[in-house]
Amino acid sequence: MAKRALAIGGLLVAVLALGYAMFVALPRWTSRAATQRAGTVAPASVPAPPGRKINARLFYVAEDGTRLTSVERDVPYGEGVVEQAREIIAAQIAPVVEPLVSAVPRGTTLRAVFVADGGEAYVDLSREVVTAHPGGTLNELLTIYTLVDALTANLPAITSVQLLVDGKEVETLAGHVDLRRPLAKNLAWVQ
Amino acid sequence: MEVSAVRDPPLNARPLPLFTATATVALLALAAVLSSQTAQPASLTLLSREGRRPLPITLVADQEFVALDDLAAAFQLTVREEALGAITASYKGKTIVLTPDQALASVAGRLVSLPAPPSRGSARRWLVPVEFISRALALVYDGKLDLRKSSRLLIVGDMRVPRIAVRWDPLGASGRLTIDATPRAPSTVTQENDHLTVKFDADALDAPNPPLPAQGAQSLVLAVRLVDPTTIAVDLGPRFAGFKASSQPVDTTLRLVVDVLATQTDTAAAAPPPPPPPDVPPALSPPAFAIRTVAIDPGHGGADEGARGASGVREKDLTLAVARRAKAAIEARLGIRVLLTRDDDRTVPIDERPAIANNNKADLFISLHANASLRRTTVGTAIFCAEFDKDTAQAAAVGGTDRLPAFGGGSRDIELVLWDLAQTRHLGQSTTFAALLEQQLHDRVPLVARPVDHAPLRVLESANMPAVLVEMGYLTNADQEKLLAGDGFQNTLVQAIYDAIVRYRDAVAAGGGR
Repeated sequence: MAKRALAIGGLLVAVLALGYAMFVALPRWTSRAATQRAGTVAPASVPAPPGRKINARLFYVAEDGTRLTSVERDVPYGEGVVEQAREIIAAQIAPVVEPLVSAVPRGTTLRAVFVADGGEAYVDLSREVVTAHPGGTLNELLTIYTLVDALTANLPAITSVQLLVDGKEVETLAGHVDLRRPLAKNLAWVQ
Repeated sequence: MEVSAVRDPPLNARPLPLFTATATVALLALAAVLSSQTAQPASLTLLSREGRRPLPITLVADQEFVALDDLAAAFQLTVREEALGAITASYKGKTIVLTPDQALASVAGRLVSLPAPPSRGSARRWLVPVEFISRALALVYDGKLDLRKSSRLLIVGDMRVPRIAVRWDPLGASGRLTIDATPRAPSTVTQENDHLTVKFDADALDAPNPPLPAQGAQSLVLAVRLVDPTTIAVDLGPRFAGFKASSQPVDTTLRLVVDVLATQTDTAAAAPPPPPPPDVPPALSPPAFAIRTVAIDPGHGGADEGARGASGVREKDLTLAVARRAKAAIEARLGIRVLLTRDDDRTVPIDERPAIANNNKADLFISLHANASLRRTTVGTAIFCAEFDKDTAQAAAVGGTDRLPAFGGGSRDIELVLWDLAQTRHLGQSTTFAALLEQQLHDRVPLVARPVDHAPLRVLESANMPAVLVEMGYLTNADQEKLLAGDGFQNTLVQAIYDAIVRYRDAVAAGGGR
């Protein structure tokens, strides 16, 4: 009897283990593998080695308000292009104090960065980049080229940047600039 | 053995993982069914040498999707759900990889973006955004795939399917019917009793139905209708006396102009002049490429207020006020038709604005906006032209030049340009007009340091005519906000736009404009 109970118990454990493997562990593993297959993806956070920094050009609104000005800043080192891109964008969208003025609306957060084989980076931002945007063609251009130039000017492996909002392609940020295609570096917007 | 144990567990076992997973799948399926129970828009029409067939569209969160299964059947794709969670669609050894939660597709190793991730439809079918066809499938498919989303057409292979736009302009007692075929398609016009038949040398027509709204009973042209896939009929009113048809190429369009003549109805004592013979062109032809229609686009509107000044001046109100002034001035004094993309406070999608100008064959497109800066001291008027990077400009020439059979034998080259890059062909003229406008503004209003600039502005990109965007001034500067809202400044701006149009028209007439 005890032997029979042991056999049933053993079978039960085997069934539970198999069920877990099939419906929990395998889907987790496969979805991770599939995501990585679609492109190089920055996970939510991969800690950089503590203390190591790189020098990067970040962009802020110039004194005359119609162009950007670049500022050299230390940015945490990131292992590989994707992780470094993530660190640069995180530094670029971080709140700043006067006299610096950021063209990226306050409250905007970075959701993810993808880099395709051709050098196009996809920067996925939170919706505040749209909802908190003050409008105006010029402001919109400066917001976009702040991010485009932050990546393309610092990372030669990135040739163009497409902005996504909440994981989706958007028409524009504030009704003017076409975001359907990745945008190439354009330092004409920088003084 | 183990699998059968899972399917049919012992009664005393508690198959919790299986139950949870089953329940989750059932809930997801239910959610998918519920979410897909929105209005079903009309299907895409797949047009190929084999004929027409519908390709159903499902609307999910305002995004149009097609079922991957339907695409698989139509294009001989092999669709598989991989063990790794990805969905693959293979065609002749080339593979497209989709990931359920990503608005991206890997197409033979190249990453392309989609407007939305794949979605589960009813019966657990995978749905993909319709743009999947042009952005992913077209890259691996052997034949040409031409997705015309606005006309819900998917053209497969080398089919000649010109877009047809019809316009009727009454001119005094007579009138002119303009029928544009893009890409160029020759046609023949014949009269049969009370209607004209226009037969196109094409495989099918991409035209709204009817191509022209019904006109009044007294009109010379009563209606235009599609009679078969390549023929349209023009119903004529009782005053019809004759017609004269001619065609001329305009960019990638072949423009058929049918001047329709009316009988003389004067019953004065003097003998009526004989009706003009049909082969004599009436004296109503404006000079070639004259500016007949200007489209003015008051930026923003409705829920989209645009920028806002500190004392409450809203960009959408300002742009409409200036657009209305400009329309009144230009129409009254220049006799040029001015078309507003909106004439009240309503939301107009950004792509619809140039489409209105394109559909009305405007000769010039001016989008009006007011600017905003994070620095409150910034002031000045600025003019923008579109900007395309090198890759995009090259993409505009995709399809480049095609050789098509010509009417009457032989073949000839035609140029094809992607519709959303139509502005690439007019950038030179747009810059010319921008420079003329800058000259006119120069001594009248403050300008920014670089008054004419180029930027990838969406409203300009698909304008199929010279197009500029005018940022009238900065609402974020208190002085400019007050100035912009005032009659004096608005009238000055309108006068500058008016003068620039006059100079541009003269340049065009002199042959230097195009």
